[in-house]
Amino acid sequence: MHIPLDYEILRVIWWGLLGVLLIGFTLTDGFDLGVATLLPFVARTDDERRMVINTIGATWEGNQAWFILGGGAIFAAWPFVYAIAFSSFYLAMFLVLAALILRPVGFKYRSKRESKGWRTTWDWALFIGGFVPALVFGVAVGNVLQGAPFRLDDDLRSFYVGSFLGLFTPFTLLCGLLSVAMVVLHGAAWLAIKAEKGVVRERACRIGGVAGGAGIALFAAGWAFVRFGGLGYKIVGAAMPFAPSNPLHTLVAKTPGAWLDNFVTHPWMLIAPVLGFAGAAAAVLGIRARREFAAMAGSSASALGIIATVGLSMFPIILPSSLDEHSSLTVWNASSSHMTLFIMLIATVVLLPIVLGYTFWVFKVLWGRVDTRAILASHDYY
Amino acid sequence: MDLGVVDLSRLQFALTALYHFLFVPLTLGMSMMLFIMEGVYVMSGREIWKTITKFWATIFGINFVLGVATGLTMEFQFGTNWSYFSHYVGDIFGAPLAIEGLMAFFLEATFVGLMFFGWEKLSKGKHLLVTFLVALGTNLSALWILIANGWMQHPVGAAFNPQTMRMEVTNFEAVIFNPVAQAKFVHTVSAGYLIASAFVFGISSIYMLRRKWMPVARRSMTVAAAFGLLAALSTVVLGDESGYTLTDNQKMKLAAIEAAWTPEPAPAGLTLFGLPDVKNRTTHLAVRVPWVLGVIATRSFDKPVASIYQLVAVAQTRITSGVQAYDAVEHLKRNPDDPAARAVFAEHGRDLGYGLLLKKYVADPRRADAALIEKTAWDTVPNVPLMFWSFRIMAFTGFFFIFLFGAAFLLTSLRRHDTRWLQWLGVIAIPLPWIAIELGWILAEIGRQPWAIDGVLPTALGASSLTRPELWTTIVGFTAIYGALAVVEVGLIIRTVKKGPYTADPEPDRPPLYPNPDAGPRRGFATPSALPAE
Repeated sequence: MHIPLDYEILRVIWWGLLGVLLIGFTLTDGFDLGVATLLPFVARTDDERRMVINTIGATWEGNQAWFILGGGAIFAAWPFVYAIAFSSFYLAMFLVLAALILRPVGFKYRSKRESKGWRTTWDWALFIGGFVPALVFGVAVGNVLQGAPFRLDDDLRSFYVGSFLGLFTPFTLLCGLLSVAMVVLHGAAWLAIKAEKGVVRERACRIGGVAGGAGIALFAAGWAFVRFGGLGYKIVGAAMPFAPSNPLHTLVAKTPGAWLDNFVTHPWMLIAPVLGFAGAAAAVLGIRARREFAAMAGSSASALGIIATVGLSMFPIILPSSLDEHSSLTVWNASSSHMTLFIMLIATVVLLPIVLGYTFWVFKVLWGRVDTRAILASHDYY
Repeated sequence: MDLGVVDLSRLQFALTALYHFLFVPLTLGMSMMLFIMEGVYVMSGREIWKTITKFWATIFGINFVLGVATGLTMEFQFGTNWSYFSHYVGDIFGAPLAIEGLMAFFLEATFVGLMFFGWEKLSKGKHLLVTFLVALGTNLSALWILIANGWMQHPVGAAFNPQTMRMEVTNFEAVIFNPVAQAKFVHTVSAGYLIASAFVFGISSIYMLRRKWMPVARRSMTVAAAFGLLAALSTVVLGDESGYTLTDNQKMKLAAIEAAWTPEPAPAGLTLFGLPDVKNRTTHLAVRVPWVLGVIATRSFDKPVASIYQLVAVAQTRITSGVQAYDAVEHLKRNPDDPAARAVFAEHGRDLGYGLLLKKYVADPRRADAALIEKTAWDTVPNVPLMFWSFRIMAFTGFFFIFLFGAAFLLTSLRRHDTRWLQWLGVIAIPLPWIAIELGWILAEIGRQPWAIDGVLPTALGASSLTRPELWTTIVGFTAIYGALAVVEVGLIIRTVKKGPYTADPEPDRPPLYPNPDAGPRRGFATPSALPAE
């Protein structure tokens, strides 16, 4: 089979698509995680909580598909990343899955019984299902930036020597909190759009403004930590963008501050962090002025900018090993074969626009603020 | 390699997969039945069919979310617990999973919300389309998952690349149009339709026996009987047995199912009953029907069905050959251009996986002696009594449902829904298809042992390098969460069934606080008095 795109280009495209998936997940399911995190705080009575849940009740499931697709796509395009990251961060991954499992059932089962205890239990389950994954995803990104203690043997089997508690360092917790702040801001912007005007929306806007401010501070702190804390890795010697995927042939060395090198060599990349800050600032201003669409655009731009900042600062490294110089995963040594990358690109180019098309249609049908009176009058709602 | 870790990883995979597989087949079948019921509603315009659709959709929803929740675990478990498997075959195995996400899961997950929330927001036709897309999504999802699973049973279109130490795709079309995958898809989806039919039929029978909600129950019985008969026939007739002649390991699975230790002239007989004796490698008290197995398995009268002894001998030869392939790979690791090693690999490469079987006992397969090779060859025999009995119970259940739905179809066509024995049989039969599908999973996946990927990667090598405490933590954790959710789910389904499809009076605990100009859907619910006499 003739493959019209060369291996190097396909690898870069798939690195970009990895970013698209992460951003797609954050922009859609991000507000579901944020709304769930906000749930116990912005809504106090049962009617208020039902109203909040119904702002995402009909669409969160499709949004979560980004997460499932992310798993499948990383498996298909970056099998080394799939194999090594998830087995290394084993208990953290369990924590995320256990928390996410509570969401589908929480949404569906909460309204099935009237009892207060039943509903409060599911409210906290939904809170856990929003807060814990948001925190752990951020902590995981922090660990990726720090480098993970794994090594590969000559069969390319991976061994991880870190512990679960070792995942939580000041820097990774900072990343975790940044991630929580991002989704809370995003969720608040969503509630500003979707919730009926009233006390719940006001509370959400207030918390959202605080979260946005915290996000700006944490992002700046993270940048400073990378700059002065000396984080960074670098490929030493040949990068070999066309070579068969085998991490043992690449040498990646710990190089303090190297994560910022790309921004020096390619100043245009600074667009990403600028977007991260400016978007969050716009979101804070928007949410304070109750201009909900400006707030949503701002928080989306901010999330996009922050994720792109992480990706661009590390490029072409994906998962550095803090233990072994010959085990780090890069864009050039951790992908699928040339043919698989091409086939999966075709599948994505054909199918993703269809997905985006019908997702847009579903959101359009369900457009409009959620109204407590309608919820109380109908049995179709949660 | 810590075999304790391998066993615990297998235990966790089996627990989570078997649990996931309790909910998914019902989702598969009920999504299709909802489409049929709503289709009748749209075509006939009769409100009772909307009531029927919405009632079963409520139960569908309770079940659906658990399928989704437990599916999360499955999507990531290959990476968390089967890290080397993921590395070794991710180049092929990951693709169907990713396409499943893009083509199928996105579809069902995006539209399922609208299916529940869109009754008042969409026209009848559009809502029916949404219901159809949910059904299409769940069924396509099964297709891609079974393409991935089919490849584990019959790994076509791929080759080992010593430079990357993994299998890489050579022919993607072969992976998609894998005959084992196609057979599995038809069989599994049909079983899902069967489970949903049995469920709807059984619950409707309870209503009929209690003389409650009979207008809903009668119509549901009719749909379930017709759909169930087709499903049962398709499940049994299009069983995936036809795939059992394709590879040595699939042949071994068939031999184990039949407890066929020694060869038999073609066409082979089918063992109806017997007591497989693993220790003496024989089967006692075998009751056999001549010819049948040979005809079913080989679709011919002259091709023999391989026996366990024959297949073990084949495995022994392939292990010996695999050791040479292993040696060649060790040379190629150091020097990828070594011409001698390349030549050896070209000749013996297809047996590399058999060489790797020895790693369970020796770190370096090249140090294995003849006795160890023979012992390892016997490892390729799966658990014979388990296969033998699982198959018989599964197949018996299938034939039982052909009978049940055949009778049900006949009686409901004659408008004799109120046949007591049929209703009682329907109630008793509710749990049976679940037993059958779980046994089907056991047959397919335990029958695949000792392989993770048939002939390519032994299961013992596929596991992640985890520790036992880590595995116990997650096994206990998943068991606790899953156990609690099972109790909640069953409780909610029973509650929904007890509450029934409609109430004559408005619910006392939900007074109409605000007058609703749209009247709400409750008014749309047909009450028995509003229905024409049956």
